[in-house]
Amino acid sequence: MAHQTIHLTLKVWRQPRADAPGRFEVYDAKAIDVDMSFLEMLDVVNEGLIKENKEPIAFDHDCREGICGMCGAVINGIPHGPLKSTTVCQLHMRHFKSGDTITIEPWRAGAFPVVKDLVVDRSAFDRIISKGGYISVKTGSAPEANAIPIPKKDADLAMDAAACIGCGACVAACPNASAMLFVGAKVSQFALLPQGQVERKTRVKNMVARMDSEGFGNCSNELECEAACPKDISVSNIARMNREF
Amino acid sequence: MTKLDAKIPSGPMKDKWTKRRFEGKLVNPANKRKYTVIVVGTGLAGGAAAASLSELGYKVKSFCIQDSPRRAHSIAAQGGINAAKNYPNDGDSVHRLFYDTVKGGDFRAREANVHRLAEISNSIIDQCVAQGVPFAREYGGNLDNRSFGGAQVSRTFYARGQTGQQLLLGAYSALMKEVGRGNVEMHARTEMLDLVVVDGKAKGIITRNLITGDIETHVADAVILATGGYGNVFYLSTNAKACNATAAWRAHKKGAYFANPCFTQIHPTCIPVHGDYQSKLTLMSESLRNDGRIWVPQKESESRRPTDIPEEERDYYLERRYPAFGNLVPRDIASRAAKERCDSGFGVGNTGLAVFLDFAESIERLGKSAIEARYGNLFQMYERIVGDNPYETPMMIYPAIHYTMGGLWVDYDLMSTIPGLYVLGEANFSDHGANRLGASALMQGLADGYFVIPSTISEYLAGETPGAVSENNDAFKQAKEQVNTKINKLMNIKGERTVDDFHRELGLLVWDKCGMGRNEAGLKEALEKIPQIRKEFWENVNVLGDEDNVNQSLEKAGRVADFLEFAEVMVTDALDRNESCGGHFREEHQTENGEALRNDDDYCYVAAWEYAGDDKAPILNKEPLEFEEVKLATRNYK
Ligand SMILES: Cc1cc2nc3c(=O)[nH]c(=O)nc-3n(C[C@H](O)[C@H](O)[C@H](O)COP(=O)(O)OP(=O)(O)OC[C@H]3O[C@@H](n4cnc5c(N)ncnc54)[C@H](O)[C@@H]3O)c2cc1C
Ligand code: FES
Repeated sequence: MAHQTIHLTLKVWRQPRADAPGRFEVYDAKAIDVDMSFLEMLDVVNEGLIKENKEPIAFDHDCREGICGMCGAVINGIPHGPLKSTTVCQLHMRHFKSGDTITIEPWRAGAFPVVKDLVVDRSAFDRIISKGGYISVKTGSAPEANAIPIPKKDADLAMDAAACIGCGACVAACPNASAMLFVGAKVSQFALLPQGQVERKTRVKNMVARMDSEGFGNCSNELECEAACPKDISVSNIARMNREF
Repeated sequence: MTKLDAKIPSGPMKDKWTKRRFEGKLVNPANKRKYTVIVVGTGLAGGAAAASLSELGYKVKSFCIQDSPRRAHSIAAQGGINAAKNYPNDGDSVHRLFYDTVKGGDFRAREANVHRLAEISNSIIDQCVAQGVPFAREYGGNLDNRSFGGAQVSRTFYARGQTGQQLLLGAYSALMKEVGRGNVEMHARTEMLDLVVVDGKAKGIITRNLITGDIETHVADAVILATGGYGNVFYLSTNAKACNATAAWRAHKKGAYFANPCFTQIHPTCIPVHGDYQSKLTLMSESLRNDGRIWVPQKESESRRPTDIPEEERDYYLERRYPAFGNLVPRDIASRAAKERCDSGFGVGNTGLAVFLDFAESIERLGKSAIEARYGNLFQMYERIVGDNPYETPMMIYPAIHYTMGGLWVDYDLMSTIPGLYVLGEANFSDHGANRLGASALMQGLADGYFVIPSTISEYLAGETPGAVSENNDAFKQAKEQVNTKINKLMNIKGERTVDDFHRELGLLVWDKCGMGRNEAGLKEALEKIPQIRKEFWENVNVLGDEDNVNQSLEKAGRVADFLEFAEVMVTDALDRNESCGGHFREEHQTENGEALRNDDDYCYVAAWEYAGDDKAPILNKEPLEFEEVKLATRNYK
């Protein structure tokens, strides 16, 4: 069976280094199979660039299954592109039309400086987690797993919050570049579980303090974060964090 | 041939681990902080090890390729993690988990290691729950279990279809706690490119900073590799794109033996290949086989839509061939059965390389909402990728490379043949023999990291003077120079072909000749072709950009260069192992019904390959396997 193909024009942000200026470059993406993922489309474009002795577009990716949180680009103004609840690695070309022009940019946020092309530095997220995004239980000191029953409802809600992949789309989508959804999800996960109670108060304080010092903005209830989240993390987690705070 | 001493403690199987912990030397609590341990990799094995060693007081340096330790490939595991809790009261026990794993591994794993794994399994679940891992629960608030790939008891714990993610985030949180405390120095986006051996002992590594390109040296008193498996030697696999064999391979070239490299696992339920541009394959969790039925049409080259094919014209070939286990037979068996049907002309889809996984009956029996609750996210993922709705039409699946049982040889303490170099998780070879059971890799990674290495590493460290070696040592200078030379060489070829192009060529070759079915002629052909591809690679690859900047082509080039060397050992091992066992199916050795035929008289050993020099055939060393508890028997899933 012949595969259906489309032709696209790409406007891609190219920036050689963190401290170098960037600009958009225009590329033709010809004969793109609609069954390709967006990143496979970029692979094909890159293979073509290398053949012309041009440096390929740098972009982060790893699992290509929507779970590692490594990929991310703003596509036509929307983090991870037009398909709801979908990371860019799981976005497939059947959602585009032949003749489309697609603009591809890195996350834009002060706390996520561009490293090269579409690659940004999200290490601020790790630093926030290191300030309290854990339960301080040392290896070996845990009680029997069923010693503390947890209502299924709470476990399910904690899982909803824990599903965050840390991609940073919420920050990229927010006009204030706020990290409240990311931090709120982690705070909520532990606030919902009996194991998280002991450090409950200090956790939220320390994580928020770090979030602020990393240069993330405030939340002004724009809800753009929830709309952009590929894992449907709910803004109710922000409300829960505010109560915790 | 060197004599390999696995250092298995003497005495009854069930007492070995206790005995080992009691007899091993300890490092005084006040002295621990004087020792530095390097942990390469932040997956379940590495993340758990780095956190636990730091909690004990050792200084830890942790490394990973991704921009955050939370993104290691372990994150993608879907189905679950085993433990012998026996919460469902269905007859499980440490002994049964041990027995199933040895048998499932087709009697090519080391019994003592497997027994320890089963013993530790329960503590892992305790630990993860205490960390806040939101496992699935029953309405009464207790942990839920399910049965999984090849097990007849329900011993699998899970967190929706994201078990690996949740377990990894648990290990990552423990690691970040230690980073926050200032006791773990974290190096993300940093790739280990060589191991440094001083006077025969592992004393450090050479790394490349993937942002600045800086080549850096790191000194330590011991080095732990938890760098994952080598499935990407096949190019197309279910592994994340950055999975590689580089750390293990470079350690191999410095003296660590590579064990059973031909033991690779093919997972039966993956989304089939759809085009040449394909960059990876996606796993559909094996849990789907609990409620999905696998079939192909009875008629060759069937053209009707699956839903139009009546029941009596379908061949539910797993249920037909294996009535006792049906759709739940172990992975190697399910994969080969699919290949057999497709090779015989009954495959479906555009390529004929696919079989159906059908939920119609369970949807009718249990209702759509029950199926949605169990597999909703997987169905969604399938639809996203393929564009078909599996609630209405059967999924199409085909086997793909998924996991590698082979890895660096380690003794009972998880130490390689280089003193001071330990290997954990998928990167070692020890627990799964020739075939891994579902939900056992997560268990092994966490067992190695949380519980084994913290207990075994002190034996070695206690005999070492902390900080005895400095980076001014010649061995560090030499290793650094070699790394630089190799990078310069790669940058200066400026040939005609891309790195991926070579990787694809290698992958297709090994999939074809050393994949689901292997035979002497094909393996010999591969052994001729691999050096040719390698030669062309070093003459004709094109790596653009700069070495002192982010350069993803250069990163890939280094990994592919190593795969091109490693592949030869893998194929050599497959050729040498003139029997079929587990995932290693030598077409010459099968029963009339196409089942694998083991040869215990000649091959009941671990093949540990020793590096003999560039372009020299590797040397085979054997660790004989003895089975005291589980009697050698033919696996039977009929
Ligand atoms: C799609 C999928 C689903 C799976 N589902 C299950 C399941 O349900 N149950 C189960 O038990 N198992 C499952 N497995 C298998 C299991 O996930 C893996 O075997 C396991 O997670 C491996 O863990 P690890 O810690 O050994 O290595 P990994 O998680 O692969 O981590 C490797 C680490 O090493 C780092 N690294 C590698 N090379 C270098 C280098 N040169 N320098 C620096 N760092 C390096 C990486 O950055 C990474 O941090 C699944 C596997 C796949 C592919
Ligand atoms: S590459 Fe892992 S989420 Fe997209």
